[in-house]
Amino acid sequence: MAYPTNYRYTKEHEWIVLDGTTGTIGITDYAQNSLGDIVYVDAPKVGDAVTASQTFGSVESVKAVSDLYSPVTGTVTAVNEALKTAPDKINEAPHETWIIKVALSDPSEWEKLLDAAAYEAFVSEETGS
Amino acid sequence: MATDPVNPQTDAARRTTGKVRPHQTQNEGLVFEKSSPGKRGYKLPELDVPPVNVDELLGAAARKEKAQLPELSEIEIVRHFTRLSTWNYAIDLGMYPLGSCTMKYNPRVNEWVARIEGLAEAHPYRPDHLAQGQLQVIDLLQRCLIEITGMDAITLQPAAGAHGEFTGILLVRAWHESQGNARMKILIPDSAHGTNPATAAICGYEVENLKSNAEGGIDLEALERQVDGETAALMLTNPSTIGVFESQIHKIADILHAKGALLYMDGANMNALVGKTRPGDFGVDVMHLNLHKTFSTPHGGGGPGSGPVACKAFLEPFLPIPVLVKNEDGGMHWHYDRPQSVGRVRAFYGNTGMFIRALAYILANGPDGLRQTTEDAVLNANYIRKKLEDVYELPYKTPSMHEVVFSDKRQAAKGVKTGDIAKRLIDYGFHPYTVSFPMIVHGALMIEPTESESLEELDLFIEAMRAIAREVEETPELVKSAPHSTRVSRLDEVQAARKPVLRWRG
Repeated sequence: MAYPTNYRYTKEHEWIVLDGTTGTIGITDYAQNSLGDIVYVDAPKVGDAVTASQTFGSVESVKAVSDLYSPVTGTVTAVNEALKTAPDKINEAPHETWIIKVALSDPSEWEKLLDAAAYEAFVSEETGS
Repeated sequence: MATDPVNPQTDAARRTTGKVRPHQTQNEGLVFEKSSPGKRGYKLPELDVPPVNVDELLGAAARKEKAQLPELSEIEIVRHFTRLSTWNYAIDLGMYPLGSCTMKYNPRVNEWVARIEGLAEAHPYRPDHLAQGQLQVIDLLQRCLIEITGMDAITLQPAAGAHGEFTGILLVRAWHESQGNARMKILIPDSAHGTNPATAAICGYEVENLKSNAEGGIDLEALERQVDGETAALMLTNPSTIGVFESQIHKIADILHAKGALLYMDGANMNALVGKTRPGDFGVDVMHLNLHKTFSTPHGGGGPGSGPVACKAFLEPFLPIPVLVKNEDGGMHWHYDRPQSVGRVRAFYGNTGMFIRALAYILANGPDGLRQTTEDAVLNANYIRKKLEDVYELPYKTPSMHEVVFSDKRQAAKGVKTGDIAKRLIDYGFHPYTVSFPMIVHGALMIEPTESESLEELDLFIEAMRAIAREVEETPELVKSAPHSTRVSRLDEVQAARKPVLRWRG
């Protein structure tokens, strides 16, 4: 699966896409593929603060529970409620299925994130392929 | 046309008139389904005291309807559970190569000693002066474990490994607090057992990840960079979860101690060190042991486990209460008045039945015997490594200790993953190895034979693993759809996790 070029990525395998100063955050195809079938998503509440490189929740698959790391600092403005009953949407369409939306307090953080090409290079380094 | 000889394993051979069913069923029903009214496994004599009026005693809390408990005779119950037990796999059936779990044989001498009446029937409320034999067992085991670990003091209270970690980190925290600052964070390598970060978090610490170097060990430069005045401790498993000894352990301890941080050792892999080297001598401040791993007490099936915590003298004042103290007359008693103690972590004094078994194992082997078990465990793991390294990928070439970690890289090229190989291993009569752990190895196959296995059993296992590697090349579908010999094959784990059914008849 191709990584959208208008998205930015973290080394912990989250993606973010920006609309003004609101970021929409999810996990990458590589992340969902390594996790396997996702059975539960633990997301923060609207109004919660998130910090760049800090955990903001977790995803549970049949194999493991994995922390979610926020790509940016800010306040949660929306949470994808559909994931409560259908967490498998992340497996089906990882790059279209968002987990939270965040109002960025420091939009310059965007610049520090990996672009699609850099992320793809990072992933192939990780898998050694 | 020649007829095939009757194979008792086929369905055809099992099919009967429909009314009579074979006794050894692969589909034993639930005990509730076997119930019929009035059956019971006991007979009470006529009541010879006045009956009690339950409604009067309990009022509204008295139950109006009878509990829907299954009603069966004694032999039916015995058969039911005996049949169920035949679905299980146990170390008494064959090799159980779960890496990191150390599924050792539980020697029968342990069980014999633990069943000696005076020990088995001892009551925890017995006053100290009537429990001197039991206290001597505990005291001797404590001294043996202190000698083996090279530490200064110990508590046997924690009931399992993770409980030991929790107790150990409480000691770390209590000591830092006594120095005026509890500190903020605990460093944990990315190869660690998942219980380590969980322990740190439960004890109120932030977890900071420490990346492994190319050999799978601690990167000293990264450690030097990350340790600071807010680091409470490093939690380290040695040998690491890839079965490699941290040869720089002394330097690791020095870097931590220079900044006032402590070194916690997860003793899960202590069975690779016993009689060879001592954590107390290589700079460890506090550690736990798993009696159910290293010291051959039952592991799995409810154990129960036992996770003693050993520490250096400066942490001794913080040990859980009570601690065992010698009287002037040579006897012993439990001592409670310890103001700096972190408190109790377990009722009474832990799982004492396990102390007896562990002590039996230590005394039956003796110092040279324990050293030999360590050598045999390492030898067995390296024998498997040598015999399989041409067919399974070895991600780290560093010499192995008591376990060996392969990856499924070559098999994954055929679409077969570590989980598939593990399930196929069931068809060959073995319990699967540890799948997908440690996390630093993609598609890990983690194999720990322990010292219990003979050369013959190791060769059977190696032959099975090589046969599966051939199947992956020739008939990968056979492996991907395994197991084929069990009463159920691939369960829908995803559905079970997403929509669990937790009650009989919903």
